Amino acid sequence: MSVQLLLDGVNRSFDGFKAINDLSLTVEKGELRAIIGPNGAGKTTMMDIITGKTRPDTGKVLWNQSVDLTRSDEAGTARLGIGRKFQKPTVFETQTVEDNIALSLKEDRSVWATLFYRRSAEDSARIAELLALVKLDHVAGWMAGDLSHGQKQWLEIGMLLAQDPELLLVDEPAAGMTDAETMRTAELLRQIAGKHTVIVVEHDMDFVRALGCRVTVLHQGHVLAEGSLDHVSANEQVIEVYLGR
Amino acid sequence: MLSLIDRRMGIFLAGLFVLTVAVPVGNLALDGQPVPSYIVALLGKYLCYALLAVALDLVWGYCGILSLGHGAFFALGGYAMGMHLMREIGPRGVYANPLLPDFMVFLNWDSLPWYWLGFDMFGFALLMALAVPGLLAFVFGWFAFRSRVTGVYLSIITQAMTYALMLAFFRNEMGFGGYNGLTDFKDVLGFSLQADTTRAGLFVLSALALAAGLLVAKAITSSKLGKVLIAIRDAESRTRFIGYRVEEYKLFVFVVSAMMAGLAGALYVPQVGIINPGEFSPANSIGIVIWVALGGRGTLVGAAMGAIIVGFAQTLFTSWFPELWLFALGGLFVFVTIFLPQGVLGLIESRLGRKPPPAPAPEEASA
Ligand SMILES: Nc1ncnc2c1ncn2[C@@H]1O[C@H](COP(=O)(O)OP(=O)(O)OP(=O)(O)O)[C@@H](O)[C@H]1O
Ligand SMILES: [Mg+2]
Repeated sequence: MSVQLLLDGVNRSFDGFKAINDLSLTVEKGELRAIIGPNGAGKTTMMDIITGKTRPDTGKVLWNQSVDLTRSDEAGTARLGIGRKFQKPTVFETQTVEDNIALSLKEDRSVWATLFYRRSAEDSARIAELLALVKLDHVAGWMAGDLSHGQKQWLEIGMLLAQDPELLLVDEPAAGMTDAETMRTAELLRQIAGKHTVIVVEHDMDFVRALGCRVTVLHQGHVLAEGSLDHVSANEQVIEVYLGR
Repeated sequence: MLSLIDRRMGIFLAGLFVLTVAVPVGNLALDGQPVPSYIVALLGKYLCYALLAVALDLVWGYCGILSLGHGAFFALGGYAMGMHLMREIGPRGVYANPLLPDFMVFLNWDSLPWYWLGFDMFGFALLMALAVPGLLAFVFGWFAFRSRVTGVYLSIITQAMTYALMLAFFRNEMGFGGYNGLTDFKDVLGFSLQADTTRAGLFVLSALALAAGLLVAKAITSSKLGKVLIAIRDAESRTRFIGYRVEEYKLFVFVVSAMMAGLAGALYVPQVGIINPGEFSPANSIGIVIWVALGGRGTLVGAAMGAIIVGFAQTLFTSWFPELWLFALGGLFVFVTIFLPQGVLGLIESRLGRKPPPAPAPEEASA
């Protein structure tokens, strides 16, 4: 296995507050990784740094052991194959569910190609397949803004899959979902892993357990512990700052 | 092409077609001239405004770029055409100088500035009427969109842009006729601008340009690119994370829109017979926004209707109570914003029981 993503000694502060503090992390290709940690631990900020939304003050962020992600902007990292689902679900509210997926399909993103794009039968089939996968096929023609919170979560997951990224960054996907839906999401992410690399941030411990993967605990912008869920759950510092609240 | 003409567009284009035939016939062919000449000129002017409104709707309604400087692109197109019309005057000016326009003779200039070269050719002038606004939009947009200036800040700098141009064009040394601008045109392509036939011809050309502008805008907004524009309008950051370079899309649509506005200006000037720096005034650009909001933002056809409705209202009002027009316009704008968020078109369509277009998300959403 080779390294997909490497963070090495990354620091980032906002107005003197160290949101990310000497953060180092390695994720293998095809790995499924859960990130947990208390509110404000820097989980979302870490994703901002990986996707080029936020620049680190110091430190290395390497993609596939060669590409320096700190030089890339959001569209650039997306084109490299990094997809992201936001903590607060963000979909294109005034467009249909189907168009949301269509806009996300992996295609040439240049202005001209987009202007003259014609949807192929292959693309239509892919859209239908994704809509069925996230169980939104019966509302394909709805405005995305009319969906429930949970459905928006699913739509955003569908949009993420439509991009067919190498790495999926998934920020709190289970928020607003029922228990059954939460378990289905965990199942889906497990299926995707292997072919794709997946990093999931989540507070829901049942969900993390269902993922059954390596867990990294973040605290004050730094890795506090790493290992299986049972291993980190037994760590006293982890219990103190996170689990034992 | 035909697939672009939905019901709304079809009805509008049909109405425009009827007007395009009826007005010249009523003015030129029928006894007693049921359509007086001043009405032809007036309608032609409104059609140019309508094209300008469509240009603004393309960037504001569909991409969330609230330009408060679109009057500048319109005025630049107008100046390009005005420069050609000045050169067409030739030795028939007051000073009878075969090469220099009167105002240059008056300023004791002895040769034509380099940037006036080529404007003796109609085709070149028309090209410049598109290219100069397009180039300005490109340079402006390149810097603004790359540095991610959005929302109110973008609106303010577009307003500053048109204001700066107004001040520049007021200066005699700029070589565009200063305060008085360009006027006293005689003919275009050999046709006298005073002749009814020429005026009718310009009217028909304006109608064709409006139809073409609507169809181009419709083609853009119906394409996948149009969906990306709406995505940018509603959730700019999300669009970036999917891999679209938002600044390139904004630049594209801003340049297309500026060229459309330039064409509108080029058609406007021969019909009103003058272009002066007042066309750059910030209030004009704000007026365009009011037309679009009133007609129905993000509908194209509504924007065109808004321009025509306000144009009519202004003509009537200013002949009855000239001093009250700005209050009436302001009042109308407030009324529409509060009671008709979908504009007049939205009102008509909801009365007819059809689903209004999805409302653009609030401006903040694109921050
Ligand atoms: N752009 C920013 N400007 C200022 N402060 C920021 C910015 N981004 C993040 N922060 C701060 O950095 C800290 C880490 O925030 P972050 O959102 O990464 O936490 P998190 O681990 O995702 O928390 P949660 O579980 O609540 O989502 C917070 O204190 C936050 O206020
Ligand atoms: Mg977070």
